[in-house]
Amino acid sequence: MLEIKNLNVYYGVIHALKDISLTVNEGEIVTLIGANGAGKTTTLRTISGLNKAASGQILLEGRDITGLSAPKRVEMRLSQVPEGRRIFPTMTIVENLEMGAYLRKDKAEIKEDMEHVYELFPILGDRKKQAAGTLSGGEQQMLAMGRALMSRPKILLMDEPSMGLAPLLVKEIFNIIKNINSEGTTILLIEQNAKMALSIADRAYVIETGSIVMSGTGEELSKSDEIKKAYLGGD
Amino acid sequence: MNQFLQQLVNGISLGSIYALVALGYTMVYGIIKLINFAHGDVYMVGAYVGFAVTTYAGIGFIPALIISMLSCALLGIVIEKVAYKPLRNSARIAILITAIGVSLLLEYVMMYFVGAEVRSYPKLLDDSVLKFGNIIINIQQIYIVFTAIALMLLLQFVVKNTKIGKAMRAVSADRDAAQLMGIRVDSTISFTFAIGSALAGAGGVLVGIYYNSIDPLMGMMPGLKAFVAAVFGGIGSIPGAMIGGLSIGILETLVSGYGNSMYRDAAVFAFLIIILILKPSGILGKNTKEKV
Repeated sequence: MLEIKNLNVYYGVIHALKDISLTVNEGEIVTLIGANGAGKTTTLRTISGLNKAASGQILLEGRDITGLSAPKRVEMRLSQVPEGRRIFPTMTIVENLEMGAYLRKDKAEIKEDMEHVYELFPILGDRKKQAAGTLSGGEQQMLAMGRALMSRPKILLMDEPSMGLAPLLVKEIFNIIKNINSEGTTILLIEQNAKMALSIADRAYVIETGSIVMSGTGEELSKSDEIKKAYLGGD
Repeated sequence: MNQFLQQLVNGISLGSIYALVALGYTMVYGIIKLINFAHGDVYMVGAYVGFAVTTYAGIGFIPALIISMLSCALLGIVIEKVAYKPLRNSARIAILITAIGVSLLLEYVMMYFVGAEVRSYPKLLDDSVLKFGNIIINIQQIYIVFTAIALMLLLQFVVKNTKIGKAMRAVSADRDAAQLMGIRVDSTISFTFAIGSALAGAGGVLVGIYYNSIDPLMGMMPGLKAFVAAVFGGIGSIPGAMIGGLSIGILETLVSGYGNSMYRDAAVFAFLIIILILKPSGILGKNTKEKV
């Protein structure tokens, strides 16, 4: 589904991503874990086309998309739930969801998908006309996920969906991620909450200062001593 | 009292023209955070286009208005593409200085071609007057106010209900997130310049009719006043620009009517200073929190 080969990204003179390679197969949940500033968000931004790659390749279903603009990638059904939710605060919930379907023209099906989002997140359905900026953090996260789903993504990139949420809500969000995946959307997930991420991931990569240092199945990595010490609080 | 109502009527007609110009300032600021100082000169070009097509082609008010708006829309797109887009990722001050450069360029290129002298606008609209007691309303004023209101309603509709309008709001709110929705930022910014400039063009034609005279430097002072109007209303806010425009127009005519018309410009800028001290975000502006 998604293949990244020897990707290098710079911020000015800072070498942010060093020869990153990773693969996400169709139907998988793959997670990328690592500390703050390791390059997780940069990786996702580059895959979405918000940052430019200096060298390397990004292949989506075998097609080289490295040079395509961000909107073109959305058109190819690659979508992202960005870090910090980034909903449109002055727009209503409905309008936010409509923005997610910006490139689609199939009105009837957009309507259906919107209903589906309300099923996944009933709280959004109750507040359709409310300005998105007035929602709580958890609700905004749900809206950001719903908005991304409105583009009918084949692959969904998620950047720290649990950030700043209460533990109970984190559980709920992860359940929903599993649901979305079981409905056929491939997922690449970035998380600081490594424990949760590894528990739902098929496979995982560990990124440290811009390089992939380890990879394996979710289960393997959660048992690795190094991972336990560095990311799972040593227990 | 009569005097007051009379000045109010005059202020509303002038203010609705300021409002049209202020809308362009506020929309462009909303989307690329630029105070487009060339905006007043787009309004001047609009007045000249209207002048040219009515004087030499002899066409009427509505077609002249439309031609002027279309020409200014095109001019706005070209200015953005040529002057501002290459600087989009540079320091804010670079693009601001460029805007001043574009402003001077438009003024003096126009002067080169049409000369510096004041020209008088042809009579396009019925200018008979209606009397209500001692208050005199010129039919032209009614046309001006109604044209401005119609254009503002149209704008409000475009921004609220059309796809491109929603894209404009999305790009204003969060450029990266908008791109992740599949919105093409460049064309959305072009469209914003086109709309803002078209409204300025309409304002130019209306002011030509109202004051009956135009010259290549006519955009400077109204441009600045429309900017004050946009700041007063809350820069970035469309309803704010409308309210701001009307307020500045009324303020100006009241100062001329009751005080001394020599002080009307000073009054507007004194007002700007007061706003910036008391409520820098304007009446409908958001308190922007700096993100750390």
